[in-house]
Amino acid sequence: MNRLERVRLGLEIAVARAAGRLSQLAGRGGGTTLPGKILATIDPGALGSLAGRLPLGSALVSATNGKTTTAGMVAEILGSKVRLAHNRAGANLVSGVTSALLAHPDAELGLFEVDEGAFPEIARRVGPQAVLLGNLFRDQLDRYGELELIAERWRESLRALPEDAWVVANGDDPLVADIARERRNAFRFGLDDPRVARERLPHAADSKYCSVCASPYAYEAAYVGHLGAWSCPTCGLARPALDVVAREIALEGLERLSFDLVTPQGTRRIDLALPGLYNVYNAVAAASLSLVLGATLDEVAEGIGRFRPAFGRFERIPAGDRTVLLLLVKNPAGANEVVRTLTAGGPPRVVVAALNDAIADGRDVSWIWDVDFEPLLDGLERLVATGLRAQELALRFKYGGLDPDAIEVVPRLEQALDRGLELTPAGGELVVLPTYTAMLELRRIVAERGLVRPYWEGAAA
Amino acid sequence: MKGLKVVVGHLYPDYLNIYADRGNIAVLERRAAWRGIGFEHRAIGLGEPVVPGELDLLYVGGGQDREQALVAVDLVEKGEALKEAAAGGTAILAVCGGYQLLGRSYRGRDGEVLPGVGLFPHETVAGERRMIGDVLLECELEPGERRLLAGFENHAGRTVLDPGAEALGRVVAGFGNDGESGFEGCRVGRAVGTYLHGPLLPRNPWFADWLLTQALAHRGEAPGLEPLGDELEAEAQKVSAGRARSRGGRY
Repeated sequence: MNRLERVRLGLEIAVARAAGRLSQLAGRGGGTTLPGKILATIDPGALGSLAGRLPLGSALVSATNGKTTTAGMVAEILGSKVRLAHNRAGANLVSGVTSALLAHPDAELGLFEVDEGAFPEIARRVGPQAVLLGNLFRDQLDRYGELELIAERWRESLRALPEDAWVVANGDDPLVADIARERRNAFRFGLDDPRVARERLPHAADSKYCSVCASPYAYEAAYVGHLGAWSCPTCGLARPALDVVAREIALEGLERLSFDLVTPQGTRRIDLALPGLYNVYNAVAAASLSLVLGATLDEVAEGIGRFRPAFGRFERIPAGDRTVLLLLVKNPAGANEVVRTLTAGGPPRVVVAALNDAIADGRDVSWIWDVDFEPLLDGLERLVATGLRAQELALRFKYGGLDPDAIEVVPRLEQALDRGLELTPAGGELVVLPTYTAMLELRRIVAERGLVRPYWEGAAA
Repeated sequence: MKGLKVVVGHLYPDYLNIYADRGNIAVLERRAAWRGIGFEHRAIGLGEPVVPGELDLLYVGGGQDREQALVAVDLVEKGEALKEAAAGGTAILAVCGGYQLLGRSYRGRDGEVLPGVGLFPHETVAGERRMIGDVLLECELEPGERRLLAGFENHAGRTVLDPGAEALGRVVAGFGNDGESGFEGCRVGRAVGTYLHGPLLPRNPWFADWLLTQALAHRGEAPGLEPLGDELEAEAQKVSAGRARSRGGRY
C-alpha cells in the first residue's frame, strides 16, 4: 500500500466507524456490520487491505452448521496468547468480516467465521493461511443452491490458495473430504467411537452416493447426518486417514460432554460445557485448526474447557422462577441433532417452536418437513407454534402425528413466549426452538425485559 | 370407509427428496387414515419394477442435480410401465425434478438433450437464472370448481407445454412453468406434474383429497371423502398465498 492508499483507507475507515457509532446511539441495534457495510461499499478492496495488515495472517472457518461455535472455541484457545480480530457476533459476510477488522485495529491474527456462500470471495480477498471446512448439509436451497454447487465453489477457491496454506477438513463428511483430497497441506479430523453412532442415516442425509462411482456409501458408523466412517463398497473410496479424532465420548444429558482428543501431539481428556454429538465435531474441528495455527495441546484442552456457547445456540435464560432454554434450529441436520440431544435429556412436555421465513431464515420453509421431529412427540403435551410461518410449523407437527388439540398457534413471538412460560411449572425449564431471525427477536424481547444483555454488547466484550 | 385402501408407489425416495417430498406422502397417508382408508406405501428404487395395475397413485419427487442425474436413465427404462399405469387410470403427482423427468426431454445448459419419459407433453430447457419464490395458482381440475394452490418454486428449467396441452393452473403470482406463459404445471387425466413444493399438500388439502379421490377411482371406488377440520391448513394457505402476492416471482 502506498501513502496515498493508506490515507484513503484511513478516511474511509473513519467514515464507516462514525456510522457504526451513530447506529448504536440511534438505538438501531449494535451497528455490528454497519461500518463494514459502508466500507465494503465505498471500497470493495478494503477487506484485503485491512487483512493484509495482520502480522499473523488470517484463518477462516466455514461450514453449514457449527461455524459460530467452532470459531468461538478457537478464539478461546488462541485468544489469551494472540490478539484476535474475530467476528464473534456471527456477522459472517464480507461486511461482517470487514467490521471485525475495523473493530480490532491492533489485532495480530484474523479469525473469521464465514458464510459458506461468501467463502470464495472472502478467501480471495483475505488470502488466509488456514481454512477450516466443517461440513456441508442441505440448507436454505433458495439462497445457497444445491450442495454440489457450494462444493464446486469451495474446490475452486482452494485451488487459488497458496500451496502452503493449511486446509483443515472434516474427513467424516464425504463431500468435504473430497474437496480437500488433492490438497498437500491438509489436516483431517473426525470421530472414532461407534458406540455413539446412529442406527441408520437420517431421512435428510446428503452426499449419500460415491463421488467417483455413484454407489451408495456404506457406513461403519454414522454420527451426525451423513458424517461418519464411510466407504464405497464398489470402488473402495473411503474416509481418509484422520490426524485428529475424538474417542471415548461421554454425552452427559443437556449439560455437558467429554471425550478423548487424540492428536499427533498426544491425547487429552476434553470437557465441554455443551451437550450433543454435533458439539464434539465442533470441538475437534476447533482443536485441529488451533493445532495447525501453533497452539499446544494444553492450550487446546483449557480453551475448550473455558468455552461458553454463542448466544442463542444453547442458552439458558432465567425468567423469574422459570428458565428459558433457547436452541437455534435452522436446517434439517442441525435440527435433528437438537431433537436428539433434547430427547436424550428427557423429552420436554412443553415446546415453543418459532418458524420465520425472512431471507436469513430461508424463504422456503419446506425444510421443516425434512427434520425428524417425531422423537419429540413422545411426552409432548403442548406445542406452541409461533413466528411468521407458525401455521406451517403447526401442520408439520399435526401431520407428524401430534394430537391437533395439543397444538396452539400463537403467531406473535412475545405472546408465544409468555404462553410457553405460563404452561411451564414454577422451577421448570421451557424449551424454545427458534429459527435465526426468530432467535434474534426473542433475544431482543428478553433483553428488553432485562434478562440478558443485547448480543452486540457481548460481542464487543 | 372400512375395506377401502390405496396403494402408493413412491419412486426413488432415497434420491428424490430434496424439497421435503415426504411431507406430501405424510399428508396423503394421514388424510386417508383419518377417514379409515388403508394406505400402503411402496418405495420403488433403482432397478425395481413398476407394476402398472397394482398402483393407485404414483409419486415422483425432486432431487439435487446429481441425484436427479443418477435416476434419470432408470426412470426412462421404467417409462413404458409408467405410461401404461397412467393410461390405466393410476393417479400421478410429480413434483419439480420428477415433473421435468416425466416430460419429453430436458436440455441442459451444456446443450445436451436428455430424453424423458414422455408422459407429459412438454419439453424443458435449462435457463440462466433460477426461478425462486412463493407462487400462487388458480386451478379448475373439476369443471366449475376453482381452487387456489399455494407453494414455493425453485427451478432453473423452463418448461414449455405443447400447444393444446392442459396446465395444472393459471399463475396468479410467481413464475410458473417458464416465467412467461402464465401457466404452471401440466395435467393429463389423473396425472399432474408441477414445480410447486413447500411441500405442496399440507397447505392445499383440497388437492391432497383430489389425488386420493383419483387414486380410489382407479380402484373403481367413488366414496366421496368426508370433510376434515382444515382450519389450520386454510390459515397456512392464506399466509403462503399472501407471500406469493407480496414477494413472489421476482428475480
